[in-house]
Amino acid sequence: MAELVVQMAGAGVKRVRLSRRHARNLLGLASLGPSLVFLAAFTYWPTAQVIWQSLHAGSRRTGLSFGLENFQAIAADPAFRRALSNNMVYAAGTIAPSLVLALAFALTLVHSTRFNTLLRSVLFLPVLIPLVAAASLFLFIFLPGVGLLDYYLAKLGVQGANWLGDPDVALYSIIGLTIWKNAGYYMLFFLAGLQAIPPEAYEVALLDGANLWQRLRFVTLPYLRPTLAFVLVIGLLGVITQVDHIFILTKGGPSDSTNLLLFYIYQQAVERYDPGKAAAATVVMLALLLALTALSLRRLEHNVEGRE
Amino acid sequence: MTAKGVRAALRPSRLLIGALALAWAVPFLWMLVAAFRPERVGGAGMASLVPAYVPTLANFAEAWDSADFVVYYLNTIIICAGILAVQLVTISLAGYAFARLRFPGRTVFFYLFLVQLMLAPIVLLVPNLRTVAQLGLYDTLPGVMAPYFASAFGTFLMRQAFQTVPRELEDAALTDGARWWELIVHVYLPLTRPAMIAFAIVSVTAHWNEFLWPLMVINSPDRRPLTVGLAMFTLGAEGAQAWGVTAAGTLLVVAPLLIGFLMFQRRFVNSFMASGLK
Repeated sequence: MAELVVQMAGAGVKRVRLSRRHARNLLGLASLGPSLVFLAAFTYWPTAQVIWQSLHAGSRRTGLSFGLENFQAIAADPAFRRALSNNMVYAAGTIAPSLVLALAFALTLVHSTRFNTLLRSVLFLPVLIPLVAAASLFLFIFLPGVGLLDYYLAKLGVQGANWLGDPDVALYSIIGLTIWKNAGYYMLFFLAGLQAIPPEAYEVALLDGANLWQRLRFVTLPYLRPTLAFVLVIGLLGVITQVDHIFILTKGGPSDSTNLLLFYIYQQAVERYDPGKAAAATVVMLALLLALTALSLRRLEHNVEGRE
Repeated sequence: MTAKGVRAALRPSRLLIGALALAWAVPFLWMLVAAFRPERVGGAGMASLVPAYVPTLANFAEAWDSADFVVYYLNTIIICAGILAVQLVTISLAGYAFARLRFPGRTVFFYLFLVQLMLAPIVLLVPNLRTVAQLGLYDTLPGVMAPYFASAFGTFLMRQAFQTVPRELEDAALTDGARWWELIVHVYLPLTRPAMIAFAIVSVTAHWNEFLWPLMVINSPDRRPLTVGLAMFTLGAEGAQAWGVTAAGTLLVVAPLLIGFLMFQRRFVNSFMASGLK
């Protein structure tokens, strides 16, 4: 198409040059075209649709009314409030320990000896398997009495809990699984971050007589700040968008103690046939994600623009 | 740097990390030990991590019989390959545009793409399901694939790779009379193969492992991908206490990616680091 424009351009150097620029413009837009079609269909349009739907209550039969009814409905729904607060506990409980563990792994395994490479691989394995498969394994690990955890705890003389059946414990069991699944992924970024620290920084600190802890506190951590911020963002994205294990392990129960936002949306849409509530909850989630985007936009842009 | 001193100081922590790594491996160890364990050992013996038995493939045979793993495998492979094939076209075109072309609204489009990094299609599963149904793609494999055909992450990855290609190469090809698409196919793509491989690894891993979206779109049992098949299988087997069979089924699902990782560790690790953009 772009060439057609060039060919169709009349004689005269100026015209040709102008139309060539025109062609280049068209070419740019045409190259984005295929992506834009799919982005429009599956990102922008559904976003608009879900916002519209969240603001309209009632059914097609009774007629739709504009208003905040759907939002009032989810605000009044204890299951939604539970899902929201669970998701916060889940986020904090998953991300903080994962970050600490990942950093400890990276600090210990930073030198690429054969032994360290092996350990890194082991820690990275959970990242590669589907969350559903991880849940299938942990279904047995958490099994009361005969499960792996209780079996070995009993050998130590400790009595295990009802890991998935006790409403006070279940969410923490899920958190444990998620830490296991994600720490190895975050470790990779810390390893990369550590390798980017100039050795001179440590030499100066050593000359100043800094001990191990001080070097960690005043050299390593400041250098790792961008990595930390970045891992925090992908961690938050993960705890909002990944709920596959809930389907296998608890289905949100017992008594909504492990219900998370996205699972709640699924329940409303598929099990309760309440598109209004599903839409309103989706909008809440979009708002959370957009807030996260706004906070991290500069970081994202930097990562995307980097190495130009 | 007094490497020795640091190493000595790290020793207790190394022990601790070694122990943790061992703990990290336990679910995998259990999966292996349980999958090859003969007969259905109910009760306490099931949890043992010691393979005190003659290994058999009975659990695999039973898993293979009770679920259509061949069909699940095929569906997952078709989904991953289909998504990747379309993505490679869309991301190289868009990546090229952002890397080398100047056109009006470039910055606006850049931000429009950036949005997708955060608003992953899965978040919009309810409206997307309706769109897929309206397109007549409900309960079809293309319906599972469609929301992923555009990838902001892939676009930015390719853009970065294209930017490293020297402009002189493009100019030389242009004076030789190459057309723009010849430029992409013959100059840019061969030089950016590492980026494409990195993207392919991340994309295939992500969609091999995906569960919720195919669960929503697929209704017919013979169109289920591995993850959905495994979920039904696990939930169905639970009552029968067939843990060995569940372990075998899980192993069947995770094996291809784990083998791929063990063969191409460095590639995988580098790709996943790049995926940090996501």
